Amino acid sequence: MTEPVALPDAEGHFGPYGGRFVSETLFAALDELRDTYEQLWQSPEFQAEFDLDMAHYVGRPSPLYHAKRLSETYGGAQIYLKREDLNHTGAHKINNTIGQALLAKHMGKPRIIAETGAGQHGVASATVAARLGLECVVYMGVKDIRRQTLNVYRMKLLGATVIGVDSGTKTLKDAMNEAMRDWVTNVDNTYYIIGTAAGPHPYPKLVRDFQSIIGREARRQSLEQAGKLPDAVVACVGGGSNAIGIFHPFLDDKDVRLIGVEAGGHGVDSGQHAAPLSVGTPGVLHGNRTYLMSDENGQIQDPYSISAGLDYPGVGPEHSYLKDIGRAEYTAATDEEALHSFRELTLLEGIMPALESSHAVAHGCKLASTMAKDQMVVINLSGRGDKDIHTVADIDGIEF
Amino acid sequence: MSRIAGCFAALKTQGRQALIPYVTAGDPNPDVTVGLMHQMVAAGADVIELGIPFSDPMADGPVIQLACERALAHNTSLTMILAMVAEFRQQNNTTPVVLMGYLNTVERMGYDVFVAKAQAAGLDGVLMVDLPPEEGHNFTQSLAQAGLDAIFLIAPTTTEERIKKICAVGSGYLYYVSLKGVTGSAKINTNEVAKKLALVKQHTQLPLGVGFGIRDADSASRVAKVADGVVVGSVLVNALGDNQDVPENGCAQVVATLTAMRQAMDA
Ligand SMILES: Cc1ncc(COP(=O)(O)O)c(C=O)c1O
Repeated sequence: MTEPVALPDAEGHFGPYGGRFVSETLFAALDELRDTYEQLWQSPEFQAEFDLDMAHYVGRPSPLYHAKRLSETYGGAQIYLKREDLNHTGAHKINNTIGQALLAKHMGKPRIIAETGAGQHGVASATVAARLGLECVVYMGVKDIRRQTLNVYRMKLLGATVIGVDSGTKTLKDAMNEAMRDWVTNVDNTYYIIGTAAGPHPYPKLVRDFQSIIGREARRQSLEQAGKLPDAVVACVGGGSNAIGIFHPFLDDKDVRLIGVEAGGHGVDSGQHAAPLSVGTPGVLHGNRTYLMSDENGQIQDPYSISAGLDYPGVGPEHSYLKDIGRAEYTAATDEEALHSFRELTLLEGIMPALESSHAVAHGCKLASTMAKDQMVVINLSGRGDKDIHTVADIDGIEF
Repeated sequence: MSRIAGCFAALKTQGRQALIPYVTAGDPNPDVTVGLMHQMVAAGADVIELGIPFSDPMADGPVIQLACERALAHNTSLTMILAMVAEFRQQNNTTPVVLMGYLNTVERMGYDVFVAKAQAAGLDGVLMVDLPPEEGHNFTQSLAQAGLDAIFLIAPTTTEERIKKICAVGSGYLYYVSLKGVTGSAKINTNEVAKKLALVKQHTQLPLGVGFGIRDADSASRVAKVADGVVVGSVLVNALGDNQDVPENGCAQVVATLTAMRQAMDA
């Protein structure tokens, strides 16, 4: 068997998952992107350009923070938070958009498009577009536009055009459909920045590679600060980019448990969730084969989560593979558990996590409580919660 | 000879081109589809493309997306669609029927189950918009073993190298997507289409159908001068959508459009 770290294969497969399931018009563009990427990613100049931006624009490395009060509260393993919330624009998404915007620049594309759920990827795309002077169009479901008003306005301030998507479930998957339609139509001058480790090859690979800076840092910081590798690494999984970013550099460290936390919504048995790895089946959507939420006729089911960024019926193909081979484990946290963690982390540590990240915190704390005090859990705090204050205030019955 | 090959061969001897309407199965409701198929044949259709409705039709524009939503509101499933084909075959044993859609519906049914059912129903060909030749190897083989044609797309952006690859695995006919975009988008540029078709012809004997952007008798007849088949979809689907409450009216408009196209193509 090929070692998991060496995947995907040349056609973009992770075992039976991944690949390129797109209409013919996009093939030339995907080939061009793959070739450009493979060449640039090997080049020291490109790496240097990426690293420089990571340091001076994003503010990396992000700290690995020992959350002592949180750890004490759960009475088990020491909990460390990988602080992606401190990145410029407030989430891990910027690591990927910096990388892909560099690709767009090298490919000479004057226009970029993106899909967004929570708005974090849209903001990160609008940010890099502003900086490089590129036209930017962001597709966003109208349901998400309503629950992430702050980010919508941020994107507009950054000069991006936000196009509301009114079809289907009016959330992330529909925004992705619409972005694909735009790309097919404007493929000559447009670069599509996919915001997660999904989509057709080479996206899952290149998004993973750009996001792997999280795991490389976390691994090094664990050794420096704790003198050892963590016993478990926990991350939330929407499309799976922050999770694969922190998991991937640990794949060969077989003693490190890797745990992805999906959105359990009202409970994975309720039918109202966004947890394809927990209760889905393999299928084909958005250009790749992966675990999906689809009914017995193959129609994609409406996902549900309190967090717009996890509200997606599929998942990046590499996670499907890691699940099948047992190298990573996947579980879910409910809306209620995530909300509890949102408040708890804010009160105990003065860190307000994104609702997406709160899912990882919820499971990470539960796990830590079952472990010994000299053990160590790293939770990827993928983003900050400012954008979610409206959602939480609504629940508290507070109007601004 | 397969029904599709036979159909194109017969047209060729007559010096005519195939008129290939697309409608989404189950739109505006499942009771309409089989009758509409017969009406389209009577109006001059040579091959029928039946769309499998999908919740996330990424390669389609708003017109066909709405058709999918109407069909899915009536729970139109792949199983039902194969039953429609079988029902159509009770009265029509000559007109080829091709299913067009997205892979997940077939994947979920199971490839072997689908092929067996499709063969039993009297289906002729399958075109999965999101299944390129390199991902579809096993499926293409089992279709061939069952005597079903695997129809693939060629786009304006397809390189010559890929054209060769696609011609090598495709059967029945090849479907040339006339423009960069989704179904129902802008108008067709016949000169550019002709250029690309000439290139494709160097690599295949298969008939070439052209679709996307054909909306009226004029564009149909212009495309018929350079291709072997003319695929028309969104304009028909639009008529069905506009008249969803009175499906007979929608069907009558479809018939009128096809009749005009047929006349212009044969003129
Ligand atoms: C803060 C944050 N975390 C996680 C996600 C989920 O995406 P992914 O699973 O690709 O990391 C999002 C998506 O918007 C996000 O904003």
